[in-house]
Amino acid sequence: MATLETAPAHEAEHEHAEHQHLGFWRQYVFSTDHKVIGIQYAVTGLLFLLFGFGLVTLMRWQLAYPGRALPWLGKLLGDTRMPGGAMLPEFYNQLGAMHGTIMVFMGVVPLAVGGFGNFVLPLQIGAPDMAFPKINMASYWSYFLGGMTMLASFFVPGGAAQSGWTSYAPLSVIAGQGQTMWLFGMIFLITSSLLGSINFIVTTIQLRANGLSFFRLPFFVWSQLVTSFLLLLAFPPLEAAGVMQLMDRLGGSSFFMPSGLVVSGQVAAYTGGGNPLLWQHLFWFLAHPEVYVLILPAFGIVSEVIANNTRKPLWGYKIMVYSLWFLGFMSFIVWAHHMFFTGMGTTMATFFQTTTMIISIPSVVILSALFLSLWGGSIRFNTPMLFALAFLPMFGIGGLTGLPLGLSAADIPLHDTYYVIGHFHYVVAPGTIFALFAGIYHWFPKATGRKMSERLGKLHFWPSLIFINGIFMPMFILGLAGVSRRLYDGGASYDFAKPVLHWNVFMSISAWGLALAQIPFIINFFMSIKRGEKVGQNPWEATTLEWAAPSPPPHGNFTTAPVAYRGPYEYSVPGHPTDFTPQFLSAQQQATS
Amino acid sequence: MEIPFTVAERPDTGLNNGKIGIWLFLASEVMLFGALFASYLMLRIGATVWPRGDSILNVPLATVNTIVLISSSVTMVMAWASLKRNDFGKFRLFQGLTILAGLCFLGIKYVEYSAKFHHGLLPSKNTFLAIYFTLTGLHGLHVIGGMVVNGYLWGPGAKLWKTDPEHFTNRVENSGLFWHFVDLVWIFLFPVLYLL
Repeated sequence: MATLETAPAHEAEHEHAEHQHLGFWRQYVFSTDHKVIGIQYAVTGLLFLLFGFGLVTLMRWQLAYPGRALPWLGKLLGDTRMPGGAMLPEFYNQLGAMHGTIMVFMGVVPLAVGGFGNFVLPLQIGAPDMAFPKINMASYWSYFLGGMTMLASFFVPGGAAQSGWTSYAPLSVIAGQGQTMWLFGMIFLITSSLLGSINFIVTTIQLRANGLSFFRLPFFVWSQLVTSFLLLLAFPPLEAAGVMQLMDRLGGSSFFMPSGLVVSGQVAAYTGGGNPLLWQHLFWFLAHPEVYVLILPAFGIVSEVIANNTRKPLWGYKIMVYSLWFLGFMSFIVWAHHMFFTGMGTTMATFFQTTTMIISIPSVVILSALFLSLWGGSIRFNTPMLFALAFLPMFGIGGLTGLPLGLSAADIPLHDTYYVIGHFHYVVAPGTIFALFAGIYHWFPKATGRKMSERLGKLHFWPSLIFINGIFMPMFILGLAGVSRRLYDGGASYDFAKPVLHWNVFMSISAWGLALAQIPFIINFFMSIKRGEKVGQNPWEATTLEWAAPSPPPHGNFTTAPVAYRGPYEYSVPGHPTDFTPQFLSAQQQATS
Repeated sequence: MEIPFTVAERPDTGLNNGKIGIWLFLASEVMLFGALFASYLMLRIGATVWPRGDSILNVPLATVNTIVLISSSVTMVMAWASLKRNDFGKFRLFQGLTILAGLCFLGIKYVEYSAKFHHGLLPSKNTFLAIYFTLTGLHGLHVIGGMVVNGYLWGPGAKLWKTDPEHFTNRVENSGLFWHFVDLVWIFLFPVLYLL
């Protein structure tokens, strides 16, 4: 195996010296290196995740103890938000809308696609960088501007957007200035994802290493490729909708304003003739593919971690790839299952519930393939693997609870209740975010040259798993009892909700517990950069190409251009001396090892 | 390490990076304008009254603009073809003409817009005017964007011709693809807004 470690030392030093010439700003801030941009995306995304989660811990106080004052917080946040420490309904709405926006558009997607995609994808295909490094940098800074615009919106008169993360018209059109900021912020974020997705697709098609044919690509690369197509084609309609809503808000047009709309007892000053449903169609045309943008990279990360830690090839790699493409395609024709209540008619509802049932098939195929991959493996239960293993049943719960929502009849009692909140949070929080944690623990050694602490990792994993279920499982109970989402008092003003409302306290305590459970992760993350156990280029004994590069990889990534000799997951190949046969190991090296 | 296939074609895909990039960008643009055209349909189908375009808009001016824009697409191709024939002087001429045609288009558009504003025909007047201003305004921004790129390639960007003529020719080809797309959008906009 020693042959693999023959990175010529002088060459590496030379690269390193070249790297130093750029100076601090070009090297760490306005960098065009995909690894630096990936880390920028990941760190910014993690900070937004923390901030978005912080917003929800405030909301959970109001839901558990409606109207009870927190005087010290009132002093901090001021009279326009929490006078005397009691939360205003407007501020609650801002927290709700911005929690959703931040978690989806500024937290999970930038971390999953911008962070992992940028850092891992070029390494896994053996490329020196992305195809368009400058556009890559522009993508990050556009995201950064969008994020700052959203944060700044908390400080405009009237506060941030408060029409939900969906920004349904006509409410959003008559809302305060925060909504305009939201729209401008979204346009920056859409630009960012457009630039990023073009870059990812071109890089995957053009910059694959010698010998790396499409069906030798790791599953993670496939997942990023399909995700990029979704971002590329689904976001522009939201941009169009955003432009139209800006026209309505600033130009006085009536794209989304129906005739005869009455606001606060007065006829609204709009000419009318518009259609509020148009916004919903355009929004969900993006936002349903967006759901798959959230989950596909998670599939990719979990696949890598599972194959590596079961020491077995993925079960059904090809059928997983076909399912992925089918999933991506179908995600464009299911959007109106979010709109069964809009009176669009039974024919339309039937069409969309049929496509929704069909799209569940490839998801189940991928999940089953991942479960079957565990069969007969000699599993290494390290931190990344624990998160990846937890992902499987958690995503399973999220997915299966979604099926009743996709059937137009079963959706009637469940629509807009806490059941929906429970469903999609199971997909995204213990689903995607757990997969993202798995990815962080898995690729941290590649990015820094050091492992994260296993002990702190387990201290992060087990409490997180318990508390996160404590938050979301009771939501199904509330939802089935009929408690609506987005209620400022959590449902306290409804008599029928009384028997289940005690769960609100339980859920809130779980949420604060989950916040505490992230402390070991934060400590681990920063401590391990300096003090973690030092590792070589392939600490996990993995097979894919990123492990052929030094840890951390220098500018230009590989000391010699890598070549792929075989498929991505050749673990435990009979007759091979070790239980892994890397893609980059030539037959000659194999014979001498 | 240099990034491969910025100029040369990758043998198994037969394309260079920029060419795939610009086509993907155009695909997203199709979705952007496609969404607006779909919105137009939905608004018009739902409307109780919908004016015919020619009762409000200036069809002769728009016809002239259509001819101007189609001609600019022709000069754009000729600019690229001149580079392929190694005739840089001709490229300067045709690229310059393309930019001038873009300016001419915007000038006529300005006359149309100011006439509408003068008569109080604003986006707030009715939904037809709202979608008219949104579609043509967004298209106008694309014309400006195309002119900025074409202007850069005509002026400072042309330095690349001396050091790497093939790379420069590819850039002109890709900016040309964008320019043709902008032209194509107008060819859909003109009948939909002005004639139907």
